[in-house]
Amino acid sequence: MASGADVIRKIKEQIEEVDPKVVHDLSHNGNGNAPVIVDVREQHEFEEAHLPGAVHVPRGHLESRIEGAVSDRSQPVVLYCASGNRSALAAHTMQELLGYEDVTSMRGGITLWKDRGYEVEVPRALTGEQRERYSRHLLVPEIGLEGQMKLLDARVLLLGAGGLGSPAALYLAAAGVGTIGIVDNDVVDLSNLQRQVAHSNDRIGVPKVDSAEIAIHEINPDVNVEKHQVRLGADNIMEIAEGYDVIVDGLDNFPTRYLLNDASVRLQIPVVSASILGFEGQLSVFHPYEGPCYRCLYPTPPPAELAPSCGAAGVLGVLPGVMGLLQSVEVIKLITGAGETMAGRLLLYDALGTTFTELKVRRDPECPICSRDPASISDDEMGVFPDYELFCAGAG
Amino acid sequence: MSTVKIPPVLRASVGGAKEVEASGAKVGDVLRSLAEQHPATESQLFSEEGELNRYVNVYLNDEDVRVLDGLETSVSESDTIVILPAMAGGCR
Repeated sequence: MASGADVIRKIKEQIEEVDPKVVHDLSHNGNGNAPVIVDVREQHEFEEAHLPGAVHVPRGHLESRIEGAVSDRSQPVVLYCASGNRSALAAHTMQELLGYEDVTSMRGGITLWKDRGYEVEVPRALTGEQRERYSRHLLVPEIGLEGQMKLLDARVLLLGAGGLGSPAALYLAAAGVGTIGIVDNDVVDLSNLQRQVAHSNDRIGVPKVDSAEIAIHEINPDVNVEKHQVRLGADNIMEIAEGYDVIVDGLDNFPTRYLLNDASVRLQIPVVSASILGFEGQLSVFHPYEGPCYRCLYPTPPPAELAPSCGAAGVLGVLPGVMGLLQSVEVIKLITGAGETMAGRLLLYDALGTTFTELKVRRDPECPICSRDPASISDDEMGVFPDYELFCAGAG
Repeated sequence: MSTVKIPPVLRASVGGAKEVEASGAKVGDVLRSLAEQHPATESQLFSEEGELNRYVNVYLNDEDVRVLDGLETSVSESDTIVILPAMAGGCR
């Protein structure tokens, strides 16, 4: 029976090894055919330090994940580990079983690389408590450490801590969004509790921004909560929204939605928008200059009789939960870059029939707002739409 | 006959139905046929000049008819037309 050392020696004879100097020169010559550098060590080793620009595919997951990192089998690939053994075994697997044509293993691993004085990347680390708290995110390749760090650095503004804002606040806090801003001028009312799950019976009468802050900190005390206990208007929206990465729109009226749209286009902040009525919800993402804006979809609001509010027409309490969580998923995708957002698409959800309908939304080349340079949009134009005066008079 | 999906705010005008069958060779014909069957929808869909109201979006299957041929867009029997007025409701 061969010893483990014998097996490794034999395998090394069947693959090509390269010196760290070659890898260093190849990755710094800038001529465009630099190899993909793959770190095959364990998660904790990668996180301590790794070669600049290396992608991480632990050897234990090599067969299932390498195609995600290197899809082209003719692409030159350099593997490394701590000392060059695991990467040799992985290179053998890629070459013999997976059909990669140009795989090499870096001799001496990252240890020799460092001994030669070449630089390494030391990623920011999570604390032990954060590693435990976000462990299920860290396991998902689309999020992982990098995505979690983006979430921790992210600033998300919730417009409203009501039906849509409540579930968004709770789940975004749980997901580790670093800063959550909340704009709400209301206090908790008994009739809110059928759906506004961030609030509670013993907080009736408490401002919603304070109640939501308590709920957020009960789930995740690390979240920085920025409370804006004001009514959102033309006089304050630019100041409040500036500096946030994503805005979650749970507004309940058209004038403020148009105002928000115009401010978000000027500030170039994506808006995750949802609206609900009865048993039906709509969802989209308005990503300024990358997709259509709210005005491209709805150039003008309907007359008041065709735009009933939930207060007047009622809503299934679970519906804003569903829609607020669909919004939260879009927020996380926008922050982490995972997947494809709803920009350019509108989702209609009918809870009674359990049907989802998806419609295309196009940028309007003549959009009065997003067809223009953001710097050319003036304060006076914000939130204005045809028949604005009439609409507001009708809405009373 | 094409299928027309009716949004919640218009359902009272069509006796509560979520979908209505209506005939016509073009989107405009189908909507006018809908308005004939259910006169209460007419003023909500069309202006006094007979144009589609600007606050009503109409989709042929998943595409906005504004990027097709508008009310002149041809419709086949298997098509679905979606009427979509803007909704603003969050919930206070």
